Amino acid sequence: MKQNTLGYKVKQYLMFAGPGTLLFLCVVIVPFIYGLYLTLTSWDGVSATKPFVGFANFASAFADGDYWSAMGRTVIYSVFAVILINIVAFALAYLVTMGIKGQNFFRAGFFVPNLIGGIVLGYVWKFVFNRAFVAIFNSTSLLSTTSGAMFCLILVSVWQYAGYMMLIYVAGFMSVSTEVKEAAMIDGCTPTQAMWNVTIPLMRSSFVQCIFLSITRCFVVYDVNLSLTNGEPFGSSVMAAMHVYNQAFTYKNYGLGQAEALILFIVCAIVGVTQVMVGKKGEVEA
Amino acid sequence: MTENEIAARNKKIGHAITWIILLILFFCFIFPFLMVIVNVFKDKSDITRNPLSLIGATKGFTLQNFPEAMNKMNFWTVFGNSLIITVCATILTIIVSSMAAFVIVRNGRWKVCTIVFSLMIASMVIPFQVLMVPLVSVYGGTLGVLNHRLTLILMHVGFSVSMAMFMFHGAIKTNIPLELEEAATIDGCSRWTTYWRVVFPLLKPTVATVAIINTMAYWNDYLLPSLVLTKKNLYTIPIATQAFYGTYSTDIGLVMAALLLAMLPILILYVFLQRYIVQGVTAGAVKG
Repeated sequence: MKQNTLGYKVKQYLMFAGPGTLLFLCVVIVPFIYGLYLTLTSWDGVSATKPFVGFANFASAFADGDYWSAMGRTVIYSVFAVILINIVAFALAYLVTMGIKGQNFFRAGFFVPNLIGGIVLGYVWKFVFNRAFVAIFNSTSLLSTTSGAMFCLILVSVWQYAGYMMLIYVAGFMSVSTEVKEAAMIDGCTPTQAMWNVTIPLMRSSFVQCIFLSITRCFVVYDVNLSLTNGEPFGSSVMAAMHVYNQAFTYKNYGLGQAEALILFIVCAIVGVTQVMVGKKGEVEA
Repeated sequence: MTENEIAARNKKIGHAITWIILLILFFCFIFPFLMVIVNVFKDKSDITRNPLSLIGATKGFTLQNFPEAMNKMNFWTVFGNSLIITVCATILTIIVSSMAAFVIVRNGRWKVCTIVFSLMIASMVIPFQVLMVPLVSVYGGTLGVLNHRLTLILMHVGFSVSMAMFMFHGAIKTNIPLELEEAATIDGCSRWTTYWRVVFPLLKPTVATVAIINTMAYWNDYLLPSLVLTKKNLYTIPIATQAFYGTYSTDIGLVMAALLLAMLPILILYVFLQRYIVQGVTAGAVKG
């Protein structure tokens, strides 16, 4: 069989990777490139013509006060959520790897919120905040105040993602061999010292990964935002992704919406990649 | 008491304390679900009066929320839509991406393989928000293929093919010995039969991981389906829940039933496949 002819290669490639490549190009690459073009037009989503406006959309995006306050809110939300998700997830992972009875049951239990979509979770929590907590604490709902709504969003995100990140930290804990820890203990480390000086540095890649995942998820939070607060009260909990959605589909500024989405992506990518690069730098091996 | 006994006793106390802490945390984690379960069997007026009571004060235990919510939510249609879309998209993702991974791993030096592979890896950082506007304008405006389940299935596959391909890529590269394929070729297998008879059966663990991750993602996805499927009879569970809440948010008993119905299918699945799901998600997260 001739394996070096171009015909053979093309046939082989198309037979195996043809469908995958085609779908990938149609759904990801073409829209991405077309999206770049859309940012240069002032299309309203309905009319047949797409007036070319150059970089005017980026100028309006930079001047869009609502967008930047949504962005600022997203950054604040992400900072709190990412830190808390990782602290809670690490603590949970630590507790469920101590070797106590029923730890698999607990692992499975903490993971449950991840099984259910953000829309349903948001409504479940809305009920808890608006009815159950009101009845327990005998106060007004947290969701009706500006800072309260932010707090609720952060709380729900931590609750939602902690179980998932816990699984990654559990895998990290398992990868640190007991021999290394025992060696440290024989050398006179207390369990706390062994934790800080041996286990945590060896788990660095788990941290890098969990922080990357939580940053990239928090930055584009949408489902929970929509169902839990829907931007209320007074538009004080509209996150960047929701603003982009409204800009494009509610106010029909497709070009401007796309430009703002692109800026969101760039900010998110820069933060995520920087974090990974800084994190990988100090990685150590046993 | 000897030192060993003291150490053993301390360890026991430590474990007991951990156990109690975990139990409290566990309660906090499932509290929202408990609230739904407690209130789903109560009448609307009883929920408003006291959402914490176990049994309604005036109307007592009732099941009437379920038939009404199922009816208004069009539950079986919506459930069927979600099921068809999730199952088809998951199977297609596995077939399409494992085949692509095979040809890319085994022919790493072909230019097209390197280009597609790097494009797919790079594309994994693009959030959906960047693609949604052009996607709607191309497939909705220009081609007019929205509001078909097949469109959504193919889009789901297109979005997850890069991640799945990456995982199969790793599995084929590290776990499938080249000698095995050579032996199959000598025995007269074509590349196609070699793949399906020899390579694919060995990829079972990765197939399970990809299936679990994608099933959960497709079942729960809201934004993409809500943009593609705008007709009521095509709704999936998340869209139907959102639409239902928009219309009946004051009828809190019905809302509770709808939320429980929306959660139930995947929770039942979790009870049976819990070990595999936890393993699959861990494997997927650590590799990805």
